[in-house]
Amino acid sequence: MSRIIVCLKQALDVAELKADATTRRLITAGVPRKISDFDKNALEEAVRLKEKMGSEVFVVTVSSEDAKTTLREALAIGADKAYMVTDPSFEDSDTLVTSYILAETVKRVGGFDLILCGEASVDSYSAQVGPRLAERLNIPLVTYVRKLSLDGNIVTAERSLEDCYETVRTKTPALITVTGETNEPRIPSLMAIMKASKKEIVTWNAESLGISKEKVGENASAIQVKEVLAPKMERKKIVIKGETAAGVAERLAEALIKEGVVGR
Amino acid sequence: MSEHKGVWVFSENRDLMLELLGKGRELANELKTELAAVLFGHDLGNLPHELIGYGASRVYLLEHPLFKGLQAEPYVGALTTLAKKYIPDIILIGSTKRGKEVAARLAARLETGCVPDCTHLSIDKSGSLQMGRVVYGGNAAATQVCRVKPQIATVPLRVFEKPQREEREGEVIKVDAELEQPKTEVLEVKGIEAPAVKIEEAKTVVAGGRGVEKKEDFRILDELAEVLGGQVAYTRPLCEDRKWFTDWVGLSGHKIKPALYIGCGISGVIQHVAGIRDSQVIVAINKDPEAPIFEIADYLVEGDLYEIVPALSATLKKMLKTS
Repeated sequence: MSRIIVCLKQALDVAELKADATTRRLITAGVPRKISDFDKNALEEAVRLKEKMGSEVFVVTVSSEDAKTTLREALAIGADKAYMVTDPSFEDSDTLVTSYILAETVKRVGGFDLILCGEASVDSYSAQVGPRLAERLNIPLVTYVRKLSLDGNIVTAERSLEDCYETVRTKTPALITVTGETNEPRIPSLMAIMKASKKEIVTWNAESLGISKEKVGENASAIQVKEVLAPKMERKKIVIKGETAAGVAERLAEALIKEGVVGR
Repeated sequence: MSEHKGVWVFSENRDLMLELLGKGRELANELKTELAAVLFGHDLGNLPHELIGYGASRVYLLEHPLFKGLQAEPYVGALTTLAKKYIPDIILIGSTKRGKEVAARLAARLETGCVPDCTHLSIDKSGSLQMGRVVYGGNAAATQVCRVKPQIATVPLRVFEKPQREEREGEVIKVDAELEQPKTEVLEVKGIEAPAVKIEEAKTVVAGGRGVEKKEDFRILDELAEVLGGQVAYTRPLCEDRKWFTDWVGLSGHKIKPALYIGCGISGVIQHVAGIRDSQVIVAINKDPEAPIFEIADYLVEGDLYEIVPALSATLKKMLKTS
């Protein structure tokens, strides 16, 4: 039986972010977290492979916070077992450090044929953890995949690039990052949610993985975030009204001509 | 003192390579150091000397047929070897999907950081590279630095301007590196038809979202775009959920900054807004008074796009003819 590990990021729900009106500083405290969008596509793809060929699907998440709610959702979608790797010392780790913790985790889980990740996370969108993890594990990597199949130890994947679709073949164990085009993630049924509550969530921390505190967190990270500000978005917000569509259109057209953005 | 010296640029995309040389030249001047282009490929002809004309003082050149397949491993391997030998301070890499993969893997091998999709690059007082990028689905701009060297940043197409070509002196250094074999085999490449005019270059963009009920209905947006001499664009759901089109505008797609953007039946989720934020004038046409796009628009029309858009085309046609 093949084993698929899906790496999930517990990302900030960016739609819920607010900024301080005067300083423009972003307020991230109290913002809800969710499975990062493309990671959900990765999970859905893993569960589909499982349904087709009886693989086992494990999900892994690395976080400085508790991630049980997120992992329960992943189990309801169809994962068989979850690994929650959490330690307060992981806070503010960059992708260099996060990929290190993930590598130690999947090595400990072991026996995998495929590792699936989302192409990038919905909050920081850096598209780095997947490639960095493949490098640390020294296994083949296929990024931006929109179609995936597994036949024995042969992986075939179609990549979605800017100017082409590229079909590649490689051997397991391999790491694949998937795009949002890959599939439409399912919404788990009530039955699936109930069944998920009986599935196992293994909890590990830095110590149980033999990771020293000096190697994680902000101090071990290469990237330092100096400032995160809400962008300035000053717009005129002029409401165009009228009795008829023609009237509205005329007023809008006049305004646009005055702005100098239509005509030559 | 750090032994890391010089600014390097690398991209498998030629336009991006030139744009990186423009920005790289600026950074190198500020740091009083050299600007080098790293060029891998096959049968490159006069390209190394062209790169000198566009600002490189040095070109590290490696030609081999293995680079033709564009698979990551030969590129990552050769970049790693060169970076360990010549020890650059800064490496700028073009932010194509292939480029982002190469950058992340290079950063992993050099055990350093990488800030992707930078839209601002400058040197701070301590001589470090300050990297600005959009995060949180377009909700914020982050400024980051990299404490380890080399400092790696990736830069998307059309963020920085292509420099003027000049008569310049420079040296082409043919380098030798043992090439890493790809771990994947390419079976097939299907080209995606590119639109005649790149959406990033359009002065006017008429964009349609979920409010457009049928694919055929885009003819009314096409008509408006034609009257204005502009281009039509789409949101991600129309491409990914409805599969009507392949290319969308937004955080994960094309980022545009036209003089005029008209959003029709677009709610304005932040991921879309991240792709249109820099437009000069934003017009929003939507039936829903609560649509978030109204928060970021200059002109707000609460109404049915099926009535407003044709009326606007008709009016503009008349006005532009007489003016």
